[in-house]
Amino acid sequence: MNSENNNGMSLIIKTVTRLTVGFIFIYGIYIVLHGHVSPGGGFAGGVIIALSFVNLMLAYGKEELYKRVPKTVLSLFESIGAIMFLSIALLGFTGGYFFYDWFVYKGEPFSIFSAGTMPLSNIAIAIKVASGLFAIFLVLILLRVTSGEEE
Amino acid sequence: MLELHLILIFVIIGAIIAVEIKDLLSSVVAVSAAGLGLCIIFLMLKAPDVAITQLVVEIFLLVILIRATIRRDLPFSVSGRWFFNTLITVVFIGMFLTVAFICLKQLPEFGSPLMRVSSFYLKEGFDKTQATNLISSILLGFRAYDTLGEATILFTSVIAVLVVIRKKGRKEVMEKEDKDEF
Repeated sequence: MNSENNNGMSLIIKTVTRLTVGFIFIYGIYIVLHGHVSPGGGFAGGVIIALSFVNLMLAYGKEELYKRVPKTVLSLFESIGAIMFLSIALLGFTGGYFFYDWFVYKGEPFSIFSAGTMPLSNIAIAIKVASGLFAIFLVLILLRVTSGEEE
Repeated sequence: MLELHLILIFVIIGAIIAVEIKDLLSSVVAVSAAGLGLCIIFLMLKAPDVAITQLVVEIFLLVILIRATIRRDLPFSVSGRWFFNTLITVVFIGMFLTVAFICLKQLPEFGSPLMRVSSFYLKEGFDKTQATNLISSILLGFRAYDTLGEATILFTSVIAVLVVIRKKGRKEVMEKEDKDEF
């Protein structure tokens, strides 16, 4: 089983993963974008997006995914999310105070483009949570491999 | 109310099994069963946001625990001063239960919360933020400072994990750089 894990799992799992992982990813984006209308939000949607990458990694093996999504890309995305959230907060000073709702266009309730800065904050939190959690998972898996080889 | 108590007993039994069982895989499965029960309890108490987050994080932790830690040999210290350890455990559990009893008597009844700030949120939340999800309007509108702190905690912990765990030690890398220079 250990040698199988390095190259991914069997053909059935690979095919099913290839078909379903896109839907998981889109469901995560749906939860993030509708965070201010229906239950959900940035954190839960971000974890679902991270889970889709974890699913790919379990099916196709760690080396295959580490080639395409290295650690520096994940750190970059996490920093982008953090800076985006902080800049949304700091832009509130144009209206007077921290976290002021600086969006001029308020929009209709129950639609995606409403509630001011909340969708933007949700997107920022989702980017941060997804890349951060997937980075932790990647690092833990890689540690397990190297320590096994050394022993 | 009865089904709530039944699921609560299920969660407690799952937690005890997770602590007491010898096999690590069975322990992880018991932990996730307890988490699923907690998710159903959140759904029955009409908190779908918390239920979604609980379920999703539970799945993620299950995958991490099975893939990353299940084959490690964990050292257990079975022999030794069992009398001293048991005495200390009993004393601390007794202290905790006493303090918890005193604290829990001060809290309001289950199902009838104090509505000082929350009634303001319920009345004014939709008009002030235009968000139909009240949880979101509290998280990102009224209490955005708390969300910023939570995001900072997550950012710092991820950076710390990335710094501490890596493939090569810093000493090796520095030695290699030194050799490259000379």
